[in-house]
Order: sequence, then C-alpha cells, then structure tokens
Amino acid sequence: MGLSRLNGLSDDELVEELKEISRKCRVEIIKMVYRAQAGHPGGSLSEIDLLTALYAINMNVNPNDTKWEDRDRFVLSKGHASPGMYSILAEMGFITHEDLESYRVLGGVCQGHVDMKHTPGVDFSAGSLGMGLSFGLGCSFAAKFDGSPRNCYVMLGDGEIQEGAVWEAMMAARHHELGNLKVILDCNRIQNDDFVESQMRLFNIPEKWSSFGWNVKEIDGHDMYQIIEGMRWFDENNDLPSVLIANTVKGKGVSYMENNPKFHGAAPNEEQYSKALLELGEVI
Amino acid sequence: MSNSAASRDGYGHALISMSEDPKLVVLEADLGKSTKSCWFREKFPERTISCGIGEQNMMLVAAGLASSGYKPFASTFAIFTERAFEQVRNGIARPNLPVHICGSHGGTHTGTDGSSAQSIEDLAIYRTLPNMTVMHPCDDYSTQQLTMKLLSHDSPSYTRTARNKTPRIYELNDSRLEIGKGVLLKSGSDVAIIACGVMVSKSIEAAEKLSEMGIDAAVVDMHTLKPLDESLVYELASKCKGIVTVEDHSVIGGLGGAVAEYLSESKPTILRRVGVRDRFGESGQAEEMLQLLNISTKDIIKSALDIVKME
Repeated sequence: MGLSRLNGLSDDELVEELKEISRKCRVEIIKMVYRAQAGHPGGSLSEIDLLTALYAINMNVNPNDTKWEDRDRFVLSKGHASPGMYSILAEMGFITHEDLESYRVLGGVCQGHVDMKHTPGVDFSAGSLGMGLSFGLGCSFAAKFDGSPRNCYVMLGDGEIQEGAVWEAMMAARHHELGNLKVILDCNRIQNDDFVESQMRLFNIPEKWSSFGWNVKEIDGHDMYQIIEGMRWFDENNDLPSVLIANTVKGKGVSYMENNPKFHGAAPNEEQYSKALLELGEVI
Repeated sequence: MSNSAASRDGYGHALISMSEDPKLVVLEADLGKSTKSCWFREKFPERTISCGIGEQNMMLVAAGLASSGYKPFASTFAIFTERAFEQVRNGIARPNLPVHICGSHGGTHTGTDGSSAQSIEDLAIYRTLPNMTVMHPCDDYSTQQLTMKLLSHDSPSYTRTARNKTPRIYELNDSRLEIGKGVLLKSGSDVAIIACGVMVSKSIEAAEKLSEMGIDAAVVDMHTLKPLDESLVYELASKCKGIVTVEDHSVIGGLGGAVAEYLSESKPTILRRVGVRDRFGESGQAEEMLQLLNISTKDIIKSALDIVKME
C-alpha cells in the first residue's frame, strides 16, 4: 500500500521523506495558482501534509490501472483545494507534472475543482461543498456489498461541515456501521469570507462527532509524526466509521498566506510568488 | 383483474422483477411504503438502504454506489427529490452516473395533502440537466416496463409516478414501450393530443367525446419527456391542424414546454398547452384538483375545439 519505495524505513526516515514530498507539492501548488492567477492556495497548503501521508502510507491504488475495482477511493470533498490533490497525484504518477500546467486551462486535465471525468485518480467530481461524505458512503456500501477490503477516504474542510447534509451523512454512516469509511477533517479555521469563528461557530467538533457515534481522533495536521500515527489509527479501527480531526494552518508554509483569509481563493502576484518559492526552499 | 391501478405500483413491481441482477440496489428515504420500494425491502432487505428522512444524502450515496458499478434506484416523493436538486445536478448528472430516481406522488392529482406535496415543476427542472432522461408513464404496467428498461440504461434518469389509481392503458409487456419513443394510442387527422402521466386516460376520454362531435383526434402517450420523440411530434404536426399538450404539471418547462420548444424552432404549429398555469394547488380530491386548475377532460376538449375552429 502507498508508496512502495518508503517501505521498511524507520519512522524518522519516513517523516523526512514525507516532509520532502510535501515541500515539493507545496511548490507545485504555488506554481499552479500563480500560473492560473486564480485558485485556492490556502486550503491546498493546509491539507497537503495530510494528503501526502494518506497517499504515501494508506492508499492502495495503482497509477497504471486507475479504474482498478478494488482500489481504495479518495474523495476530496473540499474540491476547490484541487491544487493540493493534483500535486500529490503527480507525485504518485497518476498524472504528469506537465499536466499540472493545465490547471484551470480550457481542455485541461486539471479542472478548477476536482473532476472525475477529467483527471485520472479522481474518484468524485466535487466543487460544491457538503457532498463528498455522502458519496463516500455510497463507495463504502459498494465495498461492503462486494465483500472487498477496500476503504473509502474522504477529506472535508471545517467550514464545509456548516452544510447540513454532512450531518445527514454522519448519521447514516454510523447507522449502517460503515467501518471502511475514513474521514480526514482539515480544520484550518478559515472559510471563504473570513474565519470560521466569525461566520458560523462550530464549537466542539470532536465532541459533536463523537456524539454521532464515530471513532474520533484529534491531531496536529502538520506534525508528520502525529499524522503517521493517525494514518495507522485508521488501519486499526474498522468497526465503525472514523474521523481524524486535523488542526491545520491555512496557507501553511508561505508566511504571508498563513492564517490569512485573503488567500483562501487568491493567487500571489509576481513578488509574492518569488517570496513563496524562496520560503519553500525552491531555487528559482 | 382490476382495470385501474396507481403507476407507483408499477415501480414497486419493477424493482422485484429486476432483483436477479446482483448489482441492483434500492434506496429509500422513509417513504418506501408510499413509493412502493417497500415490496423490494420485504424480500431483499440486504440490498435496500434506508437513508432516513435525508434525501440529499440519499442521492449522493446512490451516486457513490453507481461509481462503483452498482445500479441504484432511489425513490421518495417527487417534491422531496427537488430538495436534493443540486446533489442530483452536481453529483449525478454532471459525472453522468447511472442513478435512477423515482419521484412518486407527483402532480396535483396527489390530492388532499395539499400544495406542499403537489410537485408541479419536477419534470421541468430535471429536463434542464444534461445527461438526464425524464419520464412520466401513465399506468402501472408501462411504469413497470419502462423502469425495467432503466436497468440497462447507462445514464441517470428521473421518473415521476402518481399516487392515485387511474385506468390501465397498456397490457403487461407491451412491445410499443421504449424509452424515448412516444406511443400513438389513437390515430387521428384533425388535432393531436400529446399527454403524459395521469392525463393520458383523460386525453383518451376527450378524444372519444371529440369523435362524437365528428372531430378526429390523435392521442399520444409521451411517457418520455426527455429525450423528446421529435420525429413523432413532427409527424403529428404535419398531419394535424394543431397540437394540444396535456400534463398535470406546470405549463412552464414540462411536456408543453418541451413540445413548444421543439415546434417553434423546427415546425411552427398551432399549439395549446393544458397544464397548471403558474400557480400552486391546494387540498382537494384528485378530480377536484383537475377541475380547479383547468386541466380536466373538458379543458382538453375545449383546447382541441379552439384549434379545429380556427380560421
């Protein structure tokens, strides 16, 4: 499962490898958004450490057989944070690094929001918030009916769970005891207009989710040791649906984007672009 | 055997008839007893998914199943499918996943529950979605047969059924029934009546009365609104002086809308649309609703006479 070249590494070595993959993905995210002069860097940068570990450790997929029936599914419900997903798909070999240049370009492999009809490795066409968990439930049901060990992973944003239908899905997943459904909540605390706290407070998310009867674990979504532990926790909990609540920083890795609502959906200018690449250790 | 039945029963029978397909999955949102998916649940509980009172979730669970090779049939009241319109639009129609939605209790014919339950816009809104097939069969047998054809239909669909009994129009397994092909139930050369759903039997009744007046009216069951059987509409428009469309649905965007759109671009023809005129219904018996909203047999006759008497 995951990236075979990482098998057999010690945790310290694994953490270093994952950090480097994440760093490279962050560079690609910035490049994509800069080239398109549009897109969503903030949520891509907050999710990328989690996506890197998910693909490198858990996901049982084959880039050479993208429609393989027994592959694990991944649903990026916060589908606007597509640069993050495209960068890891390129790293995994589902798409090429040249494909990343087609982000938001007519006829491109990389649509503005993730789209299963355009991009190999994308299992759901998202973009409208609050839909991915229900879709993931359907994938989990299918795996159960097939008697397959495959899992369905879904990533949600914290602002996204303001959508009421997410809670319908939470209830249904527990009711049907879909232990093969694994959710990562990217809690970056910022939504389109402003901080989540100012738009619609969510209060105690772990407590709320626990009260729906799920397995719940909270981690620092940028501490690679904790992330690895969370990914292993997914593997160990298959009785009920599980959610990994990851506290993250929107715009993580680029100083002026961090915790800045402005970079939810805005591209850097030329000066900002150079600064971002410099901060990410990329030689221009 | 009774010569009347509710079209929703046809949906229930179809699900059971298709049960041999191991990929068939049935989804409900607390209205299985009404839509008649309950019959399938009784026999195959392991392949029936209860979504509680949560239509938005149901539509996307169905989409996830379809993406994994299953053939999901999801039902609730027509009106409540509309709550999940965006889920259907973005999660089903856009990725072209073969999810088959059945909206029962459609139209004002559903009766005494009143306007909150009387969907008069479902056919219109689903027609606007690319990839969607939209049907409204007229009796239980045709509903059963057309629903069974959806099993091999590789794109999403919406089928409206009705709550109340109406006269049977077809025999079981009528070879004329194909998705996307209207059925000429009665030929005629003066005026053509194109109807769907519960209004088909009313249209036959109207044609019989018109015949007594010496007017030869054709009657078509246009059970599929999308794709519209354009060649049949063209043929009728070529042969007859004008066309009357009849539906228990808004005149905006439904069968009348579809026929008007086609004719105005391809074969301008005199047209009268019998349907709900941009208003909501209220509580009342089915027949009372048709009278109140001017979509009864006499309204069909009046529209046909309008056309025939035109200079």
